[in-house]
Amino acid sequence: MTTPTPTANGSASGLRRVGLYTTLVALALIFLVPLVWMVITSLKTYTAAQQIPPSWLPNPVAGYGYEQILNNSANPVLRWFLNSMMAATLHSLLVLVTASMAAYSLARLRFRGRGVTFALIVGTLFIPPTSLIVPNFLIVDQLNWIDTLAVVVVPGAASAFGVFFLRQFFLSLPNELEEAATLDGANQWQIFFKVVLPLSKPALSTLAVLSFLTNWNDFLWPIFVLFSPEKLTLPPGLGLLQGSYVTDYPVIMAGAVLASLPVLILFVLAQRHIIQGVSRSGLKG
Amino acid sequence: MADVIEVGAARGDAPPPAANAARRAASAGRTRRATPYLFLAPYLVLFGVFGLLPIILGLWLSVHQWDFQLPNRPFVGLDNYKQLFSSDSAVYGDWWESVRATVIFTVLSVPLLVVVPLGLALLLNRSFPGRTFFRAIYFAPYVLGVAVIGLLWRFLLDANLGLVNRLLGAVGLPSDTPWVTNMPWAWISLVGVTVWWTSGFNAVIYLAGLQDISPELYEAARMDGANAWQRFRNVTMPGLRPVLLFVITTTVLASANMFGQSFLITQGTPGTETRTVVWFIVEEGLRNNNAGRAAAMSIVFALMLAVVSIANFRIFRYKED
Repeated sequence: MTTPTPTANGSASGLRRVGLYTTLVALALIFLVPLVWMVITSLKTYTAAQQIPPSWLPNPVAGYGYEQILNNSANPVLRWFLNSMMAATLHSLLVLVTASMAAYSLARLRFRGRGVTFALIVGTLFIPPTSLIVPNFLIVDQLNWIDTLAVVVVPGAASAFGVFFLRQFFLSLPNELEEAATLDGANQWQIFFKVVLPLSKPALSTLAVLSFLTNWNDFLWPIFVLFSPEKLTLPPGLGLLQGSYVTDYPVIMAGAVLASLPVLILFVLAQRHIIQGVSRSGLKG
Repeated sequence: MADVIEVGAARGDAPPPAANAARRAASAGRTRRATPYLFLAPYLVLFGVFGLLPIILGLWLSVHQWDFQLPNRPFVGLDNYKQLFSSDSAVYGDWWESVRATVIFTVLSVPLLVVVPLGLALLLNRSFPGRTFFRAIYFAPYVLGVAVIGLLWRFLLDANLGLVNRLLGAVGLPSDTPWVTNMPWAWISLVGVTVWWTSGFNAVIYLAGLQDISPELYEAARMDGANAWQRFRNVTMPGLRPVLLFVITTTVLASANMFGQSFLITQGTPGTETRTVVWFIVEEGLRNNNAGRAAAMSIVFALMLAVVSIANFRIFRYKED
């Protein structure tokens, strides 16, 4: 950081700096206040949340919202939380395993049909997934997967983006590594597990985090394929919560906080990965 | 490999070592030829069942009258498609209303989602202490799901209890705006929430693009006496063109696929005016048991999006020439 020098030029840049930070902070408030309000409301009592004008601080701080959602057997929020955790974790593992193997094959191995296979996979990137939702529903119905864990783990794991993303990364690795490993007598599986995967940790963790986020937040698909209260994930569960506590905002906001916490924590921890993953996906165009 | 040959040789009844080695090599060659396919297999199973099959099934469904509750699913040719385009069919009015809703939302949201994030990115592209921190804050809402965003904003925009009307009232503005139930407020709310929610995403893509523009170009422009606006027009914008094309295309697709915001925030109101195409398709296909008609709608919808995306590319390529 450079301190403004007391020249005309310097004080101008000092003023400019004040302007810059004022803008930045004002914008930050716009992005943050709604989220802060969600947390504040979740800590209020029912009456405090109905108060007009509303108070900025929950006084007294009440566990009411959280008690309601955690002790309500009709809306087993904790169960939904665990279902979401399980689904998102298994989903991202499945994406990692299948996409990394396929991407390795498409990036580093030579075989008949490689070009066609890759073109087919990339081609589906241009089909809006929502337009396949009805046929996909019929398929999981035939598999008897409706209202099971598999229905929120597996179908979305056919990730064309994952294959494309990892293939780009694998292509960037130097050939010499493989040549050296081959000379040492390693076969393709050993090269994949012992050379390529360890070198790809940044790309793999980026894809894992992005897949986790997408699955955790998915709303459209689960509301149609899950219906038993104990099978729901959090997003459709939150909709149910809104139905049962129509204007009891502390309860609804407590549910929203619970659904946000894991992804916000993941975001804080993996911020660099997420933002890099996003910016890299933009540069392929 | 070496001990295999020795064992074979020691037994005596085995082929001579050289032939044995050749056969080993041939079989190893076969395994090696199979390896790429083995690596692909797990993904291809998933991709076949949930990537390709739905496309084929969708085309097949769209020419059948498919009702989950009926035993017969008769072939109806292009009837499902014709119904979407003939004004005397039962579905015509609702279908085109949903198309209209989607077009309104897309036309209103895309310009904002292209320009606002560009502003954020230009702001964040300067070097100052805390840059990473602010970048993270602006991006944060994007990591939350539409279910959370929907519930949160339904509450914030509540005409009586909501924070938005309270804050407006506190500064002397009207404090009784029906944000989610009346027009044009419902559209303003849906667009505003979407801009708040997803701007950080596009901003990050722009930032990556901005950082790829060579600083020497700016230096050169400065030497030529170009002011800030001229540098933006002649250096920044041309440098961002590929990124801009990407942002516009993906944003149009994302906006056209909007569902959760109107499902949760305006709940389709007033009337069904904010019910979008995606919402109407799943309602027809999964709630009203018209999978065939819903499939036809999906295909028409996907074709509309393809036309828009191709037009995008055309316009941008034309500009480049």
